[in-house]
Amino acid sequence: MKVNKDFLMKYKSVLGLIVFSVIMAFVNDRFLTLSNVLNIFRQTSINAIIAAGMTFVILTGGIDLSVGSIVAITGAVVAALIAGGMNVVLAVLIGLITGLLAGAVNGIIINKGKVQPFIATLAIMTLLRGATLVFTKGKPISIGYEKNAEIFNKIGAGYFLGIPIPIYILVAVFIAAYYILKHTRLGRYTYAIGGNEEASKLSGINTQRIKTYIYAISGVLAALAGIIITARLSSAQPTAGSGYELDAIAAVVLGGTSLAGGVGSVIGTVVGALIIGVLSNALNLMNVTSYYQLMAKGIVILIAVLLDRKDR
Amino acid sequence: MKKILEMKNISKEFPGVKALSGVNLTIYHGEVMALLGENGAGKSTLMKILTGVYQKTAGEIYLNGKLVKFNSINDSQKAKIGIIHQELNLIPNLTIAENIFLGREPINTFKKIDWNKLYSEADQLLDLLNMKISSKELVINLSIGQRQMVEIAKTLSLDAQIIIMDEPTDALTDKETESLFKVIRSLRSQGKSIVYISHRLEEIFQICDRATILRDGQFIEEKEVKDLDQNEIIEKMVGRKISEQFPTVKVKKGNVALEVNGLTNKFVKNVSFKLQQGEILGIAGLMGSGRTELAKTICGAIKKESGEILIEGERVNISSTQEAIKKGINYVSEDRKKDGLVLGLSVKENMSLSSLKEFTNQFSKIDSIEEEKVVDYYIKSINIKTPSKNQLIKNLSGGNQQKVCISKSLMCKPKILILDEPTRGIDVGAKKEIYDLINNLKKEGLSIIMISSEITEILGMSDRILVMHEGRISGELPENEATQETIMSYAVGIKEEK
Repeated sequence: MKVNKDFLMKYKSVLGLIVFSVIMAFVNDRFLTLSNVLNIFRQTSINAIIAAGMTFVILTGGIDLSVGSIVAITGAVVAALIAGGMNVVLAVLIGLITGLLAGAVNGIIINKGKVQPFIATLAIMTLLRGATLVFTKGKPISIGYEKNAEIFNKIGAGYFLGIPIPIYILVAVFIAAYYILKHTRLGRYTYAIGGNEEASKLSGINTQRIKTYIYAISGVLAALAGIIITARLSSAQPTAGSGYELDAIAAVVLGGTSLAGGVGSVIGTVVGALIIGVLSNALNLMNVTSYYQLMAKGIVILIAVLLDRKDR
Repeated sequence: MKKILEMKNISKEFPGVKALSGVNLTIYHGEVMALLGENGAGKSTLMKILTGVYQKTAGEIYLNGKLVKFNSINDSQKAKIGIIHQELNLIPNLTIAENIFLGREPINTFKKIDWNKLYSEADQLLDLLNMKISSKELVINLSIGQRQMVEIAKTLSLDAQIIIMDEPTDALTDKETESLFKVIRSLRSQGKSIVYISHRLEEIFQICDRATILRDGQFIEEKEVKDLDQNEIIEKMVGRKISEQFPTVKVKKGNVALEVNGLTNKFVKNVSFKLQQGEILGIAGLMGSGRTELAKTICGAIKKESGEILIEGERVNISSTQEAIKKGINYVSEDRKKDGLVLGLSVKENMSLSSLKEFTNQFSKIDSIEEEKVVDYYIKSINIKTPSKNQLIKNLSGGNQQKVCISKSLMCKPKILILDEPTRGIDVGAKKEIYDLINNLKKEGLSIIMISSEITEILGMSDRILVMHEGRISGELPENEATQETIMSYAVGIKEEK
């Protein structure tokens, strides 16, 4: 069979994921069990949801470092609200709005303040982390044991038709993100701004508004991830989400989205997040300690980025 | 006079383009040689060959009578040839002295930079140039004129005997220009030779001894400046007949589509004009005369400070490009790759970028069937050569890219189309197609402003011509009064209508 080189390069992350999974299936008989596969997806869902938002941001040529802190503050807010007996739908809504506002503030600072995305979101990341510590007084907030807490807990720990709820949320997020990027003006503009912001502006696109939307999307999805984590643990940790921004960026980059903007896809990002997920799952199954896992993750990212360089 | 350097029969071919053909340039000891020609005449290419950036296709270079070959800037520097570029290459956050000796810092026996020596040598150079400023000053605090002097000092520190100055007065004030001339005169009296490139003809008479004139990559003449006058120079620079490139299209002009009154900001000063339906208004002027800025101000990309814009007699307030597009003004940029296209997107996606709203339903979903229908129509009707509408735009030729840019604007159904250098970097055949397209649009009643550096193109296409000089409109010429010479003299600011 003649294998096309372009095809290999284009789908190298998918192929990498498949090859690695097949090898694992032979090496470890627990790997390809239904419960383990569901486990991988559930564990990946948090990172993948954040990475979906990050994909939008990176496609415009920006970066969002504040997502980890948004995870934490949203979790704390929602946990406090649930513990206070609030209706679950309302509490979740307020949580999402918190993330939306945080993201919009990122966008406004970047656009109106003309601050580099890296610096703007770094500042917001630090600020929100501090705010979370102040709000929680540095201690976990339990969601309590009322009826509403039981319902809320299902968002993170529940099952529907034998599949964990977070996986449904993940699928919904990715369908929505794919649709927006592929079939709406917002999506087209996202690619255009990342490809050439000046040309986009001169073509009559309100680039500042679009970029603010994009950071708001990233904020909302980070908040969603924060809600899922809090629900799963039945409590909000003040240090939740720290380092998540880097995992999300890693997933986006592993998925082939260019940090320079304009090129990439959310499908790539799912694959990227799954590579990270499968890798750590596999290393867990083989009883590799988490210290080595970090090293392995670093090496995989490095290989992926180096392969990408050869493309050009 | 003693010849120090001779370039003989220099030719340079780029893939598909003959940039220079049989050009001669002689540089004399202790003289200033002007190198003259229109944009694109080959001046820069010639200087790049002289400094070793480009390799010549044919011809010889003799330095003091000996055949030489420069393979890199390093080679030409060793031969004591220095160039001061149009855009200055200084590092703003370093001191003057650090910039002058960048990469060649004097060091002591312990390999430590000898700061005392660095600064004292730099101060000596500044002294030589009559600059009353310490070499410890940061470059960021200097005016453009002072930075120019630092570049000259850098060139002198290389002990250059031949100094090339490419449009050195472009960004200078009159006073700074005066002190630059003083420096040039003193360098000349020290026996240095200077190649002086400028489009400000009055300067040639002030500072140059001889002039070499190029046109379309060919050598026209070398003459002593005292035997030349401005009109003669202009004639020789532009001197070609307008070819059959421009079929005249007569259209009955309609109402006033656009009126601009007293438009003023940092770049343009008190600009007023009217544009009628079915008219092509040419805007000529040299680079940096404010033509592009005028266009960008009209289409909202640059803020105006005062003045008004009327569309079909109605005063409009345009504060952004999307507003301009809504009001019927569309701008096609002079720099396709930088300001016009998103190179990573397809032909289709680029074309519909400005008018995407037209193809979106209430769920903000793009109606791709409708979008593709319109894109197909334009690809066919203006003959865009692309294997597919989904082809990446970067794989198209310059001419076809330009057609996509124009289609992008046309898809917004504009009333007023501003074309900035519509044929820049496009080969001759494709140029003709663009001209035909513009003429067709004119026939359809569109009002067109065409900005161009190519005087022949302006003359061939326009119904009326505005000439800009330093942000102002220095002249307005109806088609029958415009000649290359009159345009040129308004453009360089010899003539000005009051």
